Amino acid sequence: MAQTGTTGTLTGSGAITPSIEEAAPAAHHPPTLKALGDMTNRPQRTLMSDAWQRLLRNKMAIIGLFIVIAFGLLAVFARLIAPYGQAEVVDVRLAREGPMWLWPMGLDENGRDVISRVLYGAQVSLLVGVVSQVIVLAIGIPIGAMAGFYRGYVDNLLMRFVDVVYAVPQLLLVMIFLNIFGAGLVNIFLGIAIVSWVTIARLVRGQFLSLREMEYVNASRVCGAGGWSIMLRHLLPNSLTPIIVSLTFGIPTAIFTEASLSFVGVGIMPPNASWGQMVSVASNPGIVQAYPHILVFPVLAIAVTMLGFTFLGDGLRDALDIRSRE
Amino acid sequence: MSAYIANRLLWFVPTLFVITLLTFLILKATPGSSGVVSGGAQQVSETAVEQLEIKYGLDKPLYEQFGRYIWNAVQGDFGESFVYRSQSVTSIIERTFPISLKLGIYATVLAVVLGMLLGIISAVHQNGALDYLSVWVSVLFYSLPNFVMGFVLILLFVVYLPKLGIDLAFNVGGLATWKDWVLPTVALAATPLATIARFTRSSVIEVIHSDFVRVARAKGLSENRILYTHVMRNSLIPVVTLIGPIFAAVATGSFFVEAVFNIPGMGLYYVESFVSKDQPMILAVTLIYAVMLAAMNVVVDVVYGFIDPRIRR
Repeated sequence: MAQTGTTGTLTGSGAITPSIEEAAPAAHHPPTLKALGDMTNRPQRTLMSDAWQRLLRNKMAIIGLFIVIAFGLLAVFARLIAPYGQAEVVDVRLAREGPMWLWPMGLDENGRDVISRVLYGAQVSLLVGVVSQVIVLAIGIPIGAMAGFYRGYVDNLLMRFVDVVYAVPQLLLVMIFLNIFGAGLVNIFLGIAIVSWVTIARLVRGQFLSLREMEYVNASRVCGAGGWSIMLRHLLPNSLTPIIVSLTFGIPTAIFTEASLSFVGVGIMPPNASWGQMVSVASNPGIVQAYPHILVFPVLAIAVTMLGFTFLGDGLRDALDIRSRE
Repeated sequence: MSAYIANRLLWFVPTLFVITLLTFLILKATPGSSGVVSGGAQQVSETAVEQLEIKYGLDKPLYEQFGRYIWNAVQGDFGESFVYRSQSVTSIIERTFPISLKLGIYATVLAVVLGMLLGIISAVHQNGALDYLSVWVSVLFYSLPNFVMGFVLILLFVVYLPKLGIDLAFNVGGLATWKDWVLPTVALAATPLATIARFTRSSVIEVIHSDFVRVARAKGLSENRILYTHVMRNSLIPVVTLIGPIFAAVATGSFFVEAVFNIPGMGLYYVESFVSKDQPMILAVTLIYAVMLAAMNVVVDVVYGFIDPRIRR
């Protein structure tokens, strides 16, 4: 460890230390390594293809992957698949009618088609999951990278902010956010993103903090690489695995948050469909006992989607994280 | 050690102050949040608005309002609810908090006891049938949101099983007998229970495969002796770190569980105050949750500092 410190300082003066000369020969003989590869004649395997193989061997992960893909397809093509619009009343006189072949999940308390609303609800869930996480990555990665790589005041500021944000449950913060800026899809994206970018930032910071001390980073610094190129070409690709894993847990968390918000009445507003809000409307005691089908399907939709993401997330973590394997 | 505790305690006050200030400013910035003018369709005369603003102290500059709020809050006065006109926030909290606390304690006890048990059982029978069963249960509990869990329980035990002739007579909405508490407690305990079970499982498995356990086995100790004196003691220490997250999960979970089961606790009022923009209520309950959570984190840090000397630096 002391060595890395000396190499760092000597880089500036341009002098070459013995430790660098020792490292140099290995870097100068890629042909030998290639010859070795040809000799053993093994097909080349990358980290990702390796992880993919491990994922395919995990039954739970495959079930999860299948559920997530099905959920994604149904959500993307909701408009084409859904027999009715999300707010379209099929027939008021048939309100609360149970499932039959024309409407497989029955009609709700206003005579709207439940399966159509569940499909449109999937669209909302998918949008919330994906868009909020894109914003989270866009904010979290640069700030976490700056904090981890340059340390200094960005790091201090970030960690103090983390202290404050972590002191209050995230769901509560999103509720407060929506209370100020009003309900609606865009504000749900922003609320979730503003609260949860901290997690990714902290993760990236931790990764960068430990990776920047690695010898290959020192090596590329010796070769004259600047901060940006080190971050983009070395640190970021090496931090990708934990980022992917945290993403597979971030998406269901966002979906869960939206459902919870809509359930308590501060998320998606009627007549637009959202699973949480459908559950909330159907949770009226009179409806639960006499017409449980209005409640069952949105509850099942949330439950199955959440399970799918958990299976896939657990599987991905096991497949990607080399240390966690036994 | 005392420096470590002092350090943790010193962070407590600024964290609280920042949370209070943020919540206060945010709620002040909320359009229509003064609550006074939210009369809906009927017209309110300007003088009436002014009088109400004076009554609630909304005409003073912000820093003065904030200072006064803090001063009163420290003395236990959180002002008057905008929605439940005749009641002070403090009286609402005094009435509803014990109910939430009771539910929270039941759920925490259930989660800790059952979660650790499940985790230990599945670690000891690693890759056996019991292990798969308890991993399945914990994944199910872990991934379902609280309110979804609540409705799954209601649909199962109140709607569908009675139709099949299995009636356990669980009611929803009452709090009279112990049976009324069963479903809400399970719904609230589910997520933390699964978290504890997963964590305990991996922690116990790690210790079981460690060198000192192999030595104990080589020495000829009985399996029970190894399990109870060597494995348990070392694997359950990290579980203490979960106290903070568990408390947060139970606290936020209670809003939804109380809404699902119509339990008149603090969580239910809190959620309603968001829908009706009852500013003093939101501010007060947010503060109470923040204080409890921050205090809990300090306690966890200190306890963990005692248990694990490496933390203290």
